[in-house]
Amino acid sequence: MSSDDAPSEARGSSPVETQRKSATLQETERIQAGPGPGRGPMGGGMVGQKAQTFVPSVKRILGRMRPERTKAVLVVLLAVVSVMLTAVGPRILGHATDLIFDGLIGRSFEPGTTKGQVISALRERGEDRQADMLASMDFVPGQGVDFDAVRNVLLTVLAIYLAASLLAWLQGYLLNDVVQNVVRRMRSDVEDKVNRLPLSYFDRQPRGELLSRVTNDIDNVSQTLQQTMSQLLTSLLTVVAVLGMMLWISPLLALVALASVPVSLLLTKQVMSRSQGLFITQWRKTGTLNAHIEETFSGHDLVKVFGRRREAEARFAAENDELYTASFGAQFVSGLIMPLMMFVGNLNYVLVAVIGGLRVASGSLSLGEVQAFIQYSRQFTQPLTQVASMTNLMQSGVASAERVFELLDAEEEVEDAPSTGARGSLRGEIRFEDVAFAYDPERPLIRDLSLVAEPGSTVAIVGPTGAGKTTLVNLVMRFYDVDHGRITFDGVDITTLPRTELRSRIGMVLQDTWLFEGTIRDNIAYGRPGATEAEILEAATATFVDRFVHSLPDGYDTLIDENGSNLSAGERQLVTIARAFLADPVLLILDEATSSVDTRTELLLQKAMAALRSDRTSFVIAHRLSTIRDADVIVVMEDGAIVEQGTHDALLAAHGAYARLYDAQFAAGLTPDAV
Amino acid sequence: MLLRLLRTHLAPYKRWLAAVAVLQFVGTVAALYLPSLNADIIDKGVVTGDTGYIVSRGLEMLGISLVQIVCSVVAVYFSARTAMSFGRDVRSAIFHRVGSFSNREVQQFGAPSLITRETNDVQQVQTFVLTAGTFLVAAPIMLVGGLVMAVREDIGLSWLVAAVVPVLIGCVAFVASRMVPYFRKVQTRIDEVNRLLREQITGVRVVRAFARERHEADRFAVANDELTSVATSAGRWMATMFPTVMLVINVSSVAVLWFGGHRVDSGEMQVGALTAFLSYLMQILMSVMMGTFALIMVPRSAVCADRIVEVLDTDSSVVPPVDPVTAVDVHGRLELDGVEFSYPGAEQPVLRDVSFTAEAGRTVAVIGSTGAGKSTLVNLVPRLFDVTGGTVRVDGVDVRRLEPDLLWSTIGLIPQKAFLFSGSVADNLRYGKVDATEDEMWAALEIAQAADFVRAMDGGLEASIAQGGTNVSGGQRQRLAIARAVIKRPEIYLFDDAFSALDLATDARLRAALAPVTRDATVVIVAQRVSTIRDADLILVLEDGVVVGRGTHDELLADCTTYQEIVASQLSAEEAA
Repeated sequence: MSSDDAPSEARGSSPVETQRKSATLQETERIQAGPGPGRGPMGGGMVGQKAQTFVPSVKRILGRMRPERTKAVLVVLLAVVSVMLTAVGPRILGHATDLIFDGLIGRSFEPGTTKGQVISALRERGEDRQADMLASMDFVPGQGVDFDAVRNVLLTVLAIYLAASLLAWLQGYLLNDVVQNVVRRMRSDVEDKVNRLPLSYFDRQPRGELLSRVTNDIDNVSQTLQQTMSQLLTSLLTVVAVLGMMLWISPLLALVALASVPVSLLLTKQVMSRSQGLFITQWRKTGTLNAHIEETFSGHDLVKVFGRRREAEARFAAENDELYTASFGAQFVSGLIMPLMMFVGNLNYVLVAVIGGLRVASGSLSLGEVQAFIQYSRQFTQPLTQVASMTNLMQSGVASAERVFELLDAEEEVEDAPSTGARGSLRGEIRFEDVAFAYDPERPLIRDLSLVAEPGSTVAIVGPTGAGKTTLVNLVMRFYDVDHGRITFDGVDITTLPRTELRSRIGMVLQDTWLFEGTIRDNIAYGRPGATEAEILEAATATFVDRFVHSLPDGYDTLIDENGSNLSAGERQLVTIARAFLADPVLLILDEATSSVDTRTELLLQKAMAALRSDRTSFVIAHRLSTIRDADVIVVMEDGAIVEQGTHDALLAAHGAYARLYDAQFAAGLTPDAV
Repeated sequence: MLLRLLRTHLAPYKRWLAAVAVLQFVGTVAALYLPSLNADIIDKGVVTGDTGYIVSRGLEMLGISLVQIVCSVVAVYFSARTAMSFGRDVRSAIFHRVGSFSNREVQQFGAPSLITRETNDVQQVQTFVLTAGTFLVAAPIMLVGGLVMAVREDIGLSWLVAAVVPVLIGCVAFVASRMVPYFRKVQTRIDEVNRLLREQITGVRVVRAFARERHEADRFAVANDELTSVATSAGRWMATMFPTVMLVINVSSVAVLWFGGHRVDSGEMQVGALTAFLSYLMQILMSVMMGTFALIMVPRSAVCADRIVEVLDTDSSVVPPVDPVTAVDVHGRLELDGVEFSYPGAEQPVLRDVSFTAEAGRTVAVIGSTGAGKSTLVNLVPRLFDVTGGTVRVDGVDVRRLEPDLLWSTIGLIPQKAFLFSGSVADNLRYGKVDATEDEMWAALEIAQAADFVRAMDGGLEASIAQGGTNVSGGQRQRLAIARAVIKRPEIYLFDDAFSALDLATDARLRAALAPVTRDATVVIVAQRVSTIRDADLILVLEDGVVVGRGTHDELLADCTTYQEIVASQLSAEEAA
């Protein structure tokens, strides 16, 4: 954003032109910025993607300004008045030039004669041309410049300019408020939406894609609004106002100036249609190069040890060259707009100067008018180019807005049940009754599943990947709702409970050890808002977080960065366990939670977990049978159905699916004679 | 730093830059000549009514316009060329430099940061070069040219220029100085808002599981409001910029007419000169504004340049030998002799006095708790780090003296984080062996217990793998990483906790299949499960970077307490009976 005001080659004479040029530059820069790192493959699709439903989307964006409509209307009014005043300025300034010219001419004749006498004297001498010119002028022979008149004119102009600037400032000020509020609301709507989307949305949508929508796209919309709104408004108004002024001064010259419009548009279109393609190529190449860089840097050690540095460098060099070629082309072609427009402007300038000069000479136009006209014709082509050069930016912005709207329009979670209020003391009995569920209606995953978890018992779920173990957890948490049957918590159908109420009774440690950016203490405290320091420490000690925390430079105040890369996988998992511990839930869910902790830590953890589980119902999902052998019930799942359930010993004795699983691990594991 | 970076990497393009300067100069002079011709039209043509003169001067103006456009176009060509070449060269320099880094430097910067520097930062500076090439070069030329022409038109009015220029500079600089700090703040706040959104999405399950939606929404609302507040302030200053500039320019045009009018009246100046003077003043003011705006870019580019130079100035802690040993009779004998490793500035070394010898055909296992230094130990062999004490020797030669390619060709590394490259399964296997045949690939996959799932994948060997291998499960990723090393048939295998995501049965099958392949090779296995390593010829028990036990499984069971604890923990888990 800070470069919106980036400079530009300007040789013209109005602030409008500078604005216009800076718009082109911003665009160049934005496009160059390309999909950056971290944006990975996601940023790429945005540019060049034509906004498919451009007009409705623009309407929708404008519709989002409704809460600020008073201000918005005011902005338009202010802009109209300010542009009109600015447009009138050169015309009046032209009068001053005329007055000076009149004085100059007047002085060159003898005092005492009249204007009529001077002209007829000239005609007698056969100087008809000059006579024609003078006839249209307002001079008194022998009298110099009437500075009182000039002063009055100039003071008027000064007042007009001052007013125009003031109004323009006010307009910009208010518009900024409007735009910022629109963007703020859009962000907050999106955030709100994220919280109301069903989990299936997150599972369906590639994460990077969604992230790109809520970050890159919103940023893009915000920048587009900030950069184009004000300029678009004033540019369009300026075109109209200036055209009006030109027609007023001289319809003939106005036609000359108007002729430059189609020429400018055509040139701009030609250049932009070429540069658009080149910019797309540049973006694509930037994307591929960035992907290669990301991969090579992330897999740095492997690239080295597998002796692939040379290949990586060769590929980099090739892609780097391609990017160079593409971006050079894009920059060069798009850089042509400015000189070309300048040339059209100059052609126009020359034509106006020559035709205007001829007209003045023939007396049908005053010199001041020509001077004003030259200024107008310059102001005229500029906003046109400005609008033209903003189309790229606008297209990209609208495309982004559409992607954001798509997200905002996505289907939300089923409305929550109202809170019953009555909680009483919870026992933690979970009952699955004939539950059926499918993520994809075509492929039923869970069928006729019935299961009872008695209060305080530990239910272990085992089975191969894809058997539906994690799905059970998703259903209990109401991340998904059952298709058939029901799940009850202490006898109450969970769909009749508000989600937050249900979830606040459940503590969960997930496979994915998500931590947020903040201190270790904050991350543990996340489990229970308002937990005291002592409680946090207790949870940390019970889950062995305390042990490694002391080896960290800042102890509990150590900041966990976004990817938590300053903690090992095991340590991260310990923190998530501490978090669940602190939550002190009625029901505990451990989803393969201990798989990345070394076995000694795991043993300690299991002890802590046993204590944690002692008076609450627990569901444990684990690959290692070792973690669940003391469970009250072991449920063996295969293909979405329970094939066996019972205690470890009972299941072993039954020589069924569990026994086979156990034997497989047992055979591979330690044999008793090892000890 | 910015200057140094520019000086170094723009040096090859000096000629192009000179061409840009010359062209800009000619173009500017041409542009400056136009108002003067216009003045002639008025003073000599219009006043005397000489239409022939008006037309001929008009044609002259046209010709000069042509010169100007040609100059501008060619200047754009060269400045685009220069800027893009600069970008390409700097990217290349960084890439090359990072390639030479050891893991230590990569960790020190962090891969994501290196990526940002290589991409965004370079682009930022590149844009600056492009802008500078066009505007910073043109602005002074136009300023000086405008001044000269204005003074030539009428020296008596030149004091006006001297008065107006500082006023404009002052106004623009004042507004800019208020604006820029806000822009910086806006960027941080945007990052913050985006981070929160990213957290909410990546952690959606946790947020919902802990029913913390309200809390997240509040956190976000605060960040969003903060962002809006600074963005509004920044925008307000920005909204001040153009009306201010407009006012200064418009007021000065009024002043020119007033003071110029008097000079015209007293006969010291011609009317046409007045109009021309006005044009020149505008041009001067424009160039001042342009220059000021271009300079606003400097601080941001300077930050980026600093970050780039930081990378370019960092030397790798692992340098290739000056006089490398290029030929060794490779058997794979691996010796660690009193090895010590510590990070610079760290209080305690990660590894202390670790020694062992692994003969070809032998298996050495390293076990210990998280953070004991196991991975570091493994990484010392392929020189991803260099020891800070002691030596690592392969076949009797210090690894630091071996030709790196030779060293790496003897090693098959299976890292803890099984990173796969984007491309197909086959592409990844070719990392191990460039010219691997399909049969060799399948054989390696069979050994790694990966053949079944690869066969089931859409496309088999040609099935595509996403960057990092995120489209296959952790266990599958590990097995593919193993296959990639196996196909290489190295003399030394380094398994860095490479079996952790495998279930015990697969683990056992895999090790059984590996045994014949690794018969003549040296194998180093880092593991957490005793079952994975109990058959090793030598087991090292590592604790806090120190070897606390060494021997075979049975020996350690007899006399190493730490090992006994580890075994006990797993035995009680796996088979307490």
